[in-house]
Amino acid sequence: MTPSQFTLRQRLRERGLDGVTLLVIPGVVFVLALFIYPFLYGLFLSFTPQVGGWLANYAKFFSEPFLYDTISITLWIAIPATLLNTVLSVPVALRVRLMKHQRLLTTILVIPITLGTVMVAEGLLTYLGPRGWLNRTLLELGLADNPVRLIHNYWGVMLSLVITGFPFTFLLTLSYVTGIDPALEQAGAMLGARARERFLRILLPLLAPGLAITLALAFVQAFTVFPSAILLGAPAGPTRVISIVAYQAAFEQYDYSLASAIAMLMAGVQVLIIVGLLGARTLLFRGPVSTGKG
Amino acid sequence: MRRTVGERMWAIAVWALVVFFVANLLAMIGSVVVNSFGTRWFDTWLPAGYTVQWYSLAWNEFQLPDILLVTVEVVGAVVLISGLIGVPAAYAMARRNFPGKQAVMLLFLLPLLVPPITYGIPMATVLYKAHLAGRISGVILANLVPTVPFVILIMIPFVEQIDPRIEAAARVFGAGIGRLFVQILVPLLTPGILAALLLVLVRTIAMFELTFLTAGPDSQTLVVALYYAVFAAGVRPGQSIDAMAVIYMITTLAWLLIALRFVNPAQIVTRAKQ
Repeated sequence: MTPSQFTLRQRLRERGLDGVTLLVIPGVVFVLALFIYPFLYGLFLSFTPQVGGWLANYAKFFSEPFLYDTISITLWIAIPATLLNTVLSVPVALRVRLMKHQRLLTTILVIPITLGTVMVAEGLLTYLGPRGWLNRTLLELGLADNPVRLIHNYWGVMLSLVITGFPFTFLLTLSYVTGIDPALEQAGAMLGARARERFLRILLPLLAPGLAITLALAFVQAFTVFPSAILLGAPAGPTRVISIVAYQAAFEQYDYSLASAIAMLMAGVQVLIIVGLLGARTLLFRGPVSTGKG
Repeated sequence: MRRTVGERMWAIAVWALVVFFVANLLAMIGSVVVNSFGTRWFDTWLPAGYTVQWYSLAWNEFQLPDILLVTVEVVGAVVLISGLIGVPAAYAMARRNFPGKQAVMLLFLLPLLVPPITYGIPMATVLYKAHLAGRISGVILANLVPTVPFVILIMIPFVEQIDPRIEAAARVFGAGIGRLFVQILVPLLTPGILAALLLVLVRTIAMFELTFLTAGPDSQTLVVALYYAVFAAGVRPGQSIDAMAVIYMITTLAWLLIALRFVNPAQIVTRAKQ
């Protein structure tokens, strides 16, 4: 038979398009309508400011310290939190990997992620407050003379990012670490490599691509810190993060155009950091990390 | 492997770190629970006395019956709709290679990678323009944005595990696509569907940003109501806010425990193959 003798239906099926393929359409339409379209709409809206030329929103953002400072304020919270969580995750994940009953620990650690930032903020307000258990312990142990101020400032937000962020980076790192064949490390040990050498020369290079992804995801989450920056931080000053000004522009000043511009800038910073991190990843080793028997 | 002193010290330091973190985490949760039952609690380790009055106060003051009803409606609708859209789409993605499949995959990955507050602001703007935001329908639509792709990405490997010959046999015996789903696929996919939908449920109860940006006064879920209660702290006794927080924790953690019977804790984080 020549191709022209096939019906249209048969030719489409040959390319993988038939009734079953159509089942993907509702999902695609939904994401296009409620994710892609709003994003493009927001991009368009950000170039049609309430007053001024098409770049007026961006010009306004970068000319008012009250607005552009939020980028550095947010980075000043997000970068240390991301680095701290990821750096702590690696040794803990390497240790927990050897543990028999991981499940209890992973279950406990998944609790703060599940509770979410609002609940963690309320918990920390009670726990870290001047009369909370943490300050009481510090005073009893003589580690402090007066209650340490840990809420309604930079440290409150930072600690909330550690409480929700560390379990996240840890569980991600653990999933990468358990993907590395233990035989590789055992071979290193057999050849006389000490723990430090095994880590630096075997595990770390194999882990690096996964760590780049972990860093990127953790950074994006920390950069968009929102409820805890308001509840647990000082939203008028040191923790006036970029998501707060975006929210205020939209829902307090009803300037959706400026809010969209800020949201686009947020997305822009995130994309820059992620592209940078994942770009660095391609420079690293990208071979298989598990040696199976095929 | 013999371990040197340095290695042993290192191991102890790492465990100390884990214990320190878990102890602080549990103390944080514990102080909320204790405070919610305490009468007066000033300069002591534990409150002067215990009471349950904060719960009845919170129940009435924060209009918890209404809020819980809205939460059940939103979460129920999100779970149902994301299952109905997500499972068939996952089936198509797993079984067919069609032109543009890579692009469609990227389309489903994006809402999971971009944080909610970034896309939530333009999305809420569009929903307000369409007069959907401020109502329960808008909150449901907003919450579906991450959950539909989430169900799809979780379900694809589950579909791939099923032997295609089973479907072929059903087709030979004349089953249409609807019957194939109802009689063959859904029973075989039950563990996967349960896992995916329970995770959607837990995530939707805790989804603050998208609900916050789109909810009106009558369409707040529990987590948003908790945010407003903490935000306006000082208006009401701190213990009643903590009582509300405990109610929120029980609703989330109960479902988490159920979900953990079907999924590994790590799956809550890793979301999908990366």
